[in-house]
Amino acid sequence: MYALPLLSLAIWIPIFFGVVVLATGSDRNANAARWIALIGATLGFLITIPIYTGFSTTLGGFQYVQKVEWIDALNVNYHLGIDGISLLLLLLNSFTTVLVVIAGWEIIQKKVAQYMASFLILSGLMNGVFCALDALLFYVFFEATLIPMFIIIGIWGGPRRVYASLKFFLYTLFGSLLSLVALIYLFFASGGSFSLLDFYDTPLTMAAQTFIFFAFFMAFAVKVPMWPVHTWLPDAHVEAPTGGSVVLAAIMLKLGGYGFLRLSLPIVPDASHALAGFMIFLSLVAVVYIGLVALVQTDMKKLIAYSSISHMGFVTLGLFIFNAQGMEGAVIQMISHGFISAAMFLCVGVLYDRMHTREIGDYGGVVNTMPVFAAFFMLFAMANAGLPGTSGFVGEFTVILGAMQANFWYAFLAATTLIFGAAYTLWMYKRVVFGAVANSHVAELKDINLREFVVLGTLAVVVMVMGIWPQPFAELIHTSVSDILSHVAHSKMPGQ
Amino acid sequence: MQYIQPLWPAYPEIFLLAMACVILIADLFISDEKRSITYALTQLTLAGAALITWFTASGEPVHTFSGMFVGDLMSDVLKLVTYFGVISILVYARDYITLRGMFRGEFFALTLFATLGLMVMISANHLLTLYLGLELLSLSLYAMVALQRESAQATEAAMKYFVLGALASGMLLYGMSMIYGATGSLEITRIAAVIADDGAKNVVLVFGLVFLAAGIGFKLGAAPFHMWLPDVYHGAPTAVTLFIGTVPKLAAFAFVIRLLVQALGVEEIQAHWQQMLAVMAVLSLIIGNVTAIAQTNLKRMLAYSTISHMGFLLIGIIAGGLNGYASGMFYVVVYVLMSLGAFGMILLLSRDGFEAENINDFKGLNQRSPWYAFLMLLLMFSMAGVPPTVGFYAKLAVLQAIVEAGHVWLAVIAVIFSLIGAFYYLRIVKLMYFDDAEDTTPITPRADAQVLLSINGLAVLAFGIFPQPLIALCASSILASL
Repeated sequence: MYALPLLSLAIWIPIFFGVVVLATGSDRNANAARWIALIGATLGFLITIPIYTGFSTTLGGFQYVQKVEWIDALNVNYHLGIDGISLLLLLLNSFTTVLVVIAGWEIIQKKVAQYMASFLILSGLMNGVFCALDALLFYVFFEATLIPMFIIIGIWGGPRRVYASLKFFLYTLFGSLLSLVALIYLFFASGGSFSLLDFYDTPLTMAAQTFIFFAFFMAFAVKVPMWPVHTWLPDAHVEAPTGGSVVLAAIMLKLGGYGFLRLSLPIVPDASHALAGFMIFLSLVAVVYIGLVALVQTDMKKLIAYSSISHMGFVTLGLFIFNAQGMEGAVIQMISHGFISAAMFLCVGVLYDRMHTREIGDYGGVVNTMPVFAAFFMLFAMANAGLPGTSGFVGEFTVILGAMQANFWYAFLAATTLIFGAAYTLWMYKRVVFGAVANSHVAELKDINLREFVVLGTLAVVVMVMGIWPQPFAELIHTSVSDILSHVAHSKMPGQ
Repeated sequence: MQYIQPLWPAYPEIFLLAMACVILIADLFISDEKRSITYALTQLTLAGAALITWFTASGEPVHTFSGMFVGDLMSDVLKLVTYFGVISILVYARDYITLRGMFRGEFFALTLFATLGLMVMISANHLLTLYLGLELLSLSLYAMVALQRESAQATEAAMKYFVLGALASGMLLYGMSMIYGATGSLEITRIAAVIADDGAKNVVLVFGLVFLAAGIGFKLGAAPFHMWLPDVYHGAPTAVTLFIGTVPKLAAFAFVIRLLVQALGVEEIQAHWQQMLAVMAVLSLIIGNVTAIAQTNLKRMLAYSTISHMGFLLIGIIAGGLNGYASGMFYVVVYVLMSLGAFGMILLLSRDGFEAENINDFKGLNQRSPWYAFLMLLLMFSMAGVPPTVGFYAKLAVLQAIVEAGHVWLAVIAVIFSLIGAFYYLRIVKLMYFDDAEDTTPITPRADAQVLLSINGLAVLAFGIFPQPLIALCASSILASL
């Protein structure tokens, strides 16, 4: 049907270039490594454009399906396909990778080849997660992403990088190993198949569904992360290099939300309904409590990390109120948070590269020395606070609308984020950017260079466009969301 | 019964025995400078045995020596992996043993005799043949551990190994004698037939089974019979540890299959040994993984890691059925591949007068040699069971089999302890990648060791991306042999 296996290309081009970059070896060839990485990342992004243009928004189900036998003995297939939700995440991931490569251009001076290669390979693997229609393939990609991220945090991270990287790895591995047992259980329940599409049609008793739900919950809640299993994230974010934080916040967290969408909801709809109250409770705790925690942070990266958890609370809230607005809002929120958190971390990175501190107290009056930067930072801070006209508003507002249909108090509590979010973000912004020049280091700051301008400028455009004209994004996911909702609406208990 | 039985299933063993004797004698006439001739002859012998096994491979089980010996697909595959393992061991160990004065004829002769013991165990169809192979292997290993005469540590390890090994052999023999008492036969196929006819209500049979299980636990190195393992791994010269920690597990697997599955596989008895193995498996997972965390000596750490891997292997066997045994076989083959690489890496970093056996010796390996660090990374992630390495599929196959058998709780325990296990493998990766090197001596292994180690490490990745051939091979050999 399709001449080129585009999805496979989107997965393997970055990985292939990653290996090539790795082969350039030592830092003597650092420039070659950078350029090859940029070419690889750009190609990886370009290949997603025909996927986007060829995608039909009206067709239900999965498109660009590719199915090749992989492990006969276990009946595992190399089975790829995307719907609108995967497509958006695919675009987000490939786009972010280009930015990350550019953002790390001069900052990273040691082991450049390994740095660039890790990001490219990571990008390919995450594309694999978004495209996989076979549960085992999904799991393999999902787990494999841990290895490059572990390396990224551990080698290029801050002073407590070793602790952070081990915590990150073990936390997420624990979650996903339990889901592996659930997948094996499903393999037998569905009559010997690992295909997600078969899992969707497998009748399951309530007890089995509950077990599977919690196994998946462990994997995806840790990844999102939901309160109370979020504690790895602030550590990982603070210690990771800027690029690592960007990828972590922009895409890796979405693996969790995507997992809930693709696996939990359609495979165990009855358990999802039964436990929705529990999920909503955890989401609201994340939104409100973590929002308050963010308020008292003195480290900028930590503040943004907590703000990420709070924003991801919206995603899980939107998913578990089971209406179209909630779910569409959740997906939009995932994408928008991807862009905004990436931008926020890049802004902190810009400051950190110059001052080598992330403490809010060390800054003040940055606007006097870096006016252009201050303007960008302002835009992203506003977007993070959910200002109308930015992408942050669209997602949160849609989720709140959906929540309102479910229960007024859900919506009320969720809406408090508009206050808390504005409070912690803008207060931080005020302390860092406004006021008199705080000290001699700030006085010596130079404004952003062309490379940084390009990166932040691109993100600014995207955030604005998505805020003002969200229609194309919403259109892409509309059919897919109703597909999932129809799965969730049908009970899978035997005998019904 | 045929009176003249074909000898060809035993050709590889006969060839190896003859060549081992030839090498033993020829070595007397070779001076120390030309010792590499012995080395080359040993390697050629192993390669020759591999060729013979390849060409005499049979799809159907063929019995010979009045039913004492069997050649089937499982034995052929396991033997081929054994040859590959022993050839790699000799390549990896060459520098190490040369520098430590062990590059002598005895080392090669003992290696060949130990290999012969493995092959006999793998192909045994009679309890006595099984025992014969086991003792040939064990006695050669005792001597190999003690080969460094001046090392007190090695002598102690050899002593410990010998005393406990003899105890385990005694238990096995006692158990076998009870089986004989209950069934009147020592031939595996006959035992199975007698039990199938008479039923399995015999108490003596179950009593014997307990001793057999203990003996098997000892030989595999499964808890609570694991005490010898860390000391022997630690005390033995690393080249010998490399041998003890890898290929004998293949024979131990065959041993379990022949004894428990083929001879005592009737359902009532299976239920008995499954319970015993389940206790051993859970204990092995717990003790292996938890204790490994506290180790600072890499050889000890890998010893405990072996214990936990044996726990996983036992789970595959407990699962039973074709899938269970096939997953066990796949696991053991993968285990051998991984530990060959891991111990090989220790040998690679060792130099004259320096044993790279402390985990801190791996610090900053990424700075010293990114390539070896990468290979070790693959091996460690594979041992931890992280995709896309083959170790993941080994664990997956076992978990799948055990869930199919209905023991979800065992799967959950296995998963939780493999998470704990992941920590100490990650620690190695952390040392290699995140810490700065203390020791900046360049790493200069022989070219053949470099190539083989690279193949070994990359195979872990390659089989991880395309596991199908290996899984299918294990499945079909179990199918053809049971």
